[in-house]
Amino acid sequence: MIFYRYIAEFMFFFFIFLTFAGALLAVRTRLLMHALLGLAVSFLGVAGLYFYLGSLFLSMMQILIYVGAICIVIAFGIMVGYTPEQLKEKKIAGKNLLLGVSAAVVVFSLLFVAIWRTVWVPAVTRVGDFSLAWLGQNLLYNYCLAFELISVVLLAAIVGAIILAGEGREEKVR
Amino acid sequence: MEITSFLPPDIIRMIVSAVVIISFVFLNAMVMTYAERKLAGHFQRRPGPMEVGSHGLLQVIVDGLKLIGKQLILPKDVDRPLFRLAPLLAFIPVVLPFIVIPFSEKLQVADLNIGLIFILAISSLNGMAVLIAGWSSNNKYSLFGALRSVAQNIAYEIPILLVVLTVALMANTFSLKGLVEAQSGMWFILLQPVAFIIYFIAGLAETNRAPFDLSEAESELTAGFHTEYSGMGFSLFFLGEYANMFVVCSIATILFLGGWHGIPLPFLEYTGVFWFLLKVYALLFVMIWCRWTYPRVRFDQLMNLAWKYLIPFSLVNFIITAIVLVIVKL
Repeated sequence: MIFYRYIAEFMFFFFIFLTFAGALLAVRTRLLMHALLGLAVSFLGVAGLYFYLGSLFLSMMQILIYVGAICIVIAFGIMVGYTPEQLKEKKIAGKNLLLGVSAAVVVFSLLFVAIWRTVWVPAVTRVGDFSLAWLGQNLLYNYCLAFELISVVLLAAIVGAIILAGEGREEKVR
Repeated sequence: MEITSFLPPDIIRMIVSAVVIISFVFLNAMVMTYAERKLAGHFQRRPGPMEVGSHGLLQVIVDGLKLIGKQLILPKDVDRPLFRLAPLLAFIPVVLPFIVIPFSEKLQVADLNIGLIFILAISSLNGMAVLIAGWSSNNKYSLFGALRSVAQNIAYEIPILLVVLTVALMANTFSLKGLVEAQSGMWFILLQPVAFIIYFIAGLAETNRAPFDLSEAESELTAGFHTEYSGMGFSLFFLGEYANMFVVCSIATILFLGGWHGIPLPFLEYTGVFWFLLKVYALLFVMIWCRWTYPRVRFDQLMNLAWKYLIPFSLVNFIITAIVLVIVKL
């Protein structure tokens, strides 16, 4: 039915828009809390893309882990460390700029290589039923190491939150 | 000309469901407000609202009108966009779970095969809204309320997840309909009494209800994270709280009390809704009962309860269930 097709297309572009708008907000805004919200919106957009691609489970996991856990942990770090007026960030320059750019370049090139080297199979000839059972089997048997490595992301978020909180406190003392 | 020629039937169904769900959320809040005030009165040996209408029945409507008519105050130093956004963000995640709740065999908007995960994922967004509300208010009470509320939610989400996982393991499904159907013989509360108690305690904490209402402890934090909100801003948080309570209790009903199962009544064909709502409101009554009976716990007691008792117990319960299930299968 053509009507559903339009809705699906619209949703697809809407999710893309969310992802990019959130990402832009996350890097462009001066307020740390707004940046975090941008990140959350971007994650929600990615979750929407998973949904568009037909995996409701993945999109739910994206929301549960990235928005529900990581963003909240970071927000916690910000709230413990700063008050709203204190949060106007200075101009990004010097070491921070270098670190930011290099991190972005590394991530981009890694993703680019991964995408470049993947052999894309048309949806109709793809193998696997992509059910929960199939996903669980693959994650815990075939891709066990990757799965365990990804779980470090929560640890990274907690460490990042603590660093954010710590920095805020030090500034206050000075 | 029929309406289906313009809109596909599924879209009409979605719009109707959305309207019904939203009205149910508002109706539920009305009933719960009246019940809470009346019950609180009787628990404390006073009559509760009596003046407006017979036995104060119209009190809720008058209160609602008052809240709608109130000015929306925007304090000077708040973060404007976030301050406005937070009540909406708090309201959406508590309405979405109603999509997958099976009120009876037939009465369910959508039966997702991961319905349980859907509810857990969506309700984790609630913490974000509370944080935004508390932070953007630029007020120490709001900030502390939000911090407490989220620390509490994070701590109590773990036992809830473990308990839910235990039950899902027994029923071998995440679909809420499947979970209820798995209990047609025996309710899971008889097989998993510990899990039910853990779930209920953690559910009380998750909805920020007394004795775990530290996030809005009025004697120390005025009103917690919604101190600065007035009128409908406040009401959305308020509606959200009651809707959240309903969701928590209906999950308890679905997981442990056999959902829509009950004695078939002779004069009606579909009695599932009646039994489901009866069980949910019985649980809600217990929640109100707890609130007006127990004093508020201290923050360290709250955290100790989660990390030292509920989480270990739910872990042990989970492992024992898994072992027993393996043995039974052999």
